[in-house]
Amino acid sequence: MKAILKAATMALALGSSTLAMAEPIKVGLITTLSGGGAGLGVDTRDGFMLAIKQSGNKDITVVTEDDAQKPELAVQIADKMIQSDNVDILTGIVWSNLLMAVVPGAVAQGKLYISTNAAPAALAGEKCDPLYFNAAYQNDNLHEAMGEYANKVYKKMFIMAPNYPAGKDSLTGFKRYYKGELAKEVYTQVGQTDYAAEIAQIRASGADGVFVFLPGGMGISFMKQYAQSGVKIPVIGPGFSFSQDVLPAIGDAALGVKASGQWSKDLDNEANKKFVAGFQKEYNRLPSLYALQAYDAAQLILSASSKASIKDVKAFAAALNKADIQSPRGKFKFNNNRHPIQDIYVTEVVKENGTLTNKIVEKVFTDHGDAYAKDCKK
Amino acid sequence: MTFSLVLEQLLNGVQLGVMLFLMAAGLTLIFGVMGLINLAHGSLYMVGAFACAVVAAATGSFWLGLAASLAFAAAAGALMEVVVIRRLYGRDHLDQVLATFALILIFSEGTRWVFGSFPLYLDIPQLLQGAVPLPGGTAYPLYRLAIIVTGGLVAIGLTLLISRTRLGMRIRAGESDREMIAALGVDIRTLYTLVFALGSALAGLAGAMVGALQSVQVGMGEPILILAFVVIVIGGIGSIKGALIGALLVGVVDTMGRFLLPQIVGLFMSSAQAGPVGGAIASMLIYLLMAAILAIKPRGLFPAQA
Repeated sequence: MKAILKAATMALALGSSTLAMAEPIKVGLITTLSGGGAGLGVDTRDGFMLAIKQSGNKDITVVTEDDAQKPELAVQIADKMIQSDNVDILTGIVWSNLLMAVVPGAVAQGKLYISTNAAPAALAGEKCDPLYFNAAYQNDNLHEAMGEYANKVYKKMFIMAPNYPAGKDSLTGFKRYYKGELAKEVYTQVGQTDYAAEIAQIRASGADGVFVFLPGGMGISFMKQYAQSGVKIPVIGPGFSFSQDVLPAIGDAALGVKASGQWSKDLDNEANKKFVAGFQKEYNRLPSLYALQAYDAAQLILSASSKASIKDVKAFAAALNKADIQSPRGKFKFNNNRHPIQDIYVTEVVKENGTLTNKIVEKVFTDHGDAYAKDCKK
Repeated sequence: MTFSLVLEQLLNGVQLGVMLFLMAAGLTLIFGVMGLINLAHGSLYMVGAFACAVVAAATGSFWLGLAASLAFAAAAGALMEVVVIRRLYGRDHLDQVLATFALILIFSEGTRWVFGSFPLYLDIPQLLQGAVPLPGGTAYPLYRLAIIVTGGLVAIGLTLLISRTRLGMRIRAGESDREMIAALGVDIRTLYTLVFALGSALAGLAGAMVGALQSVQVGMGEPILILAFVVIVIGGIGSIKGALIGALLVGVVDTMGRFLLPQIVGLFMSSAQAGPVGGAIASMLIYLLMAAILAIKPRGLFPAQA
């Protein structure tokens, strides 16, 4: 009798634990796979899938769709994924304007959203949500780091960004930490391809440093033209302007540029080696910041799925919030607004075996959160 | 504000104008001769840039790339004309817009299919690297000067071609009366294909030259296509001279606007606000210019057929 009881309890315990493990989870990955910004979306998807593959977890299925960098399309896809695909978690959006269109609706329907990149200020402060997590950073972070770095190196900065919300956030973030003199603050058109007029102003400004936030093709155009202009004032910027996806297209014109990042492929830790080597083996190219961020988002889901059932969204969110992962960036934990607290580094563009890449020069911030967390009460 | 800064900005404006002229010339020729609105002109610009980048990467020579861009864009244009465009001459403009818009999507996704989503690398040839000194102690990139010279040569060449050669005569005849020229025994189909290939080659040349300065990526043609349309509307549709003047006007006004407006706005408000506000007005400036010119001259500055 005793033996039977023991066996029965064992079986029950085993049964219930395997039940929690085997809970299938459906993830909806909405990202940009066509149009000019597709490079970022491809890296996001590949980084995410790499983590799932490395884990060997068969309970997580991922549905991927292309948002073509259009907010209205992203909203349609999100609705479809929630209503007919029955996804439990949404992720993958690269751009802040698309994220703003999707997240409020998704969390209102009780779905989790884990951002792999976009992190607008609006969702980090007062309007934060218990179901919205960010595995990347808060948008201002990398700009703040460059502001702090510029304090040490430069006296008079020329700063420039595209004229749209993320561009204004960028210069605001930079100025939050930069205490020196501003030579000039210039806003360019979004998607602008010719920077001759701005370069002429840099030449005439008398600045000793230039900070630019020009993501994607804009940064490629600017750097190539700047290198030809004969202006020798050093350029610095946030990491995503000089990420692995754009460096080959900029070419040697990017050499020596200092940028900020919460990760670099040369960070010395086991998780990073596994990530970088795994990515190279799987896709035959170096991973970018976007790939890393998506990789960590997938790791967060994997870790939470071993601790809680997705059927209980609150418990799952609490498990996510523990951030029990080995991030390739080293230390990683969530702030009260569910945005990362992490170290931020300055990197330099160098050439390794004929390939342009970023290398860490120094650490600017240790355990850096963001300026909006204090307003998040939820 | 110094003399040298203004001079540099003027050169920048002229260089942008010359680039726009290469695009607008093809567009306006095709519209003038065939009455066709070709939205896919920006795709030919992209084809030129990609052809140049790929051939330059394979052979190590920018010049071979440049030649390839002309050849590929002309071939793509001729193919497009024979396969699709030829069926559209008799249709109204809405059909043409729809069909050529579809071509944009086909070209974009086709290019992504072949080359992937990441931008390609294309560098300025060794010969044109670096900057040359200008009066006033400043310097100007040699490559941009080379673009200005190339654009000038193309403008002269096109003018001579149209006013002095037999082909040019036929083009002009085709512009004024296409039934009559066909009745006189000129092979109008071949003429159309030739004109289309010529316009495409110019777009390809522009794409290749700009590709070395900017990022060679899918979708690079559409922003410049919009500007090229503004140019031909300002210049008068169908007129090469109008395209040249319109392009220079748009180039200089846009560059000077981006440079001067934030400073002018800065006289009235704090510098933190002046940047975004000035920038916003500057990006509207060429459209305001277009509206103003159309209000005074509804058919543009130099309409082809008065």
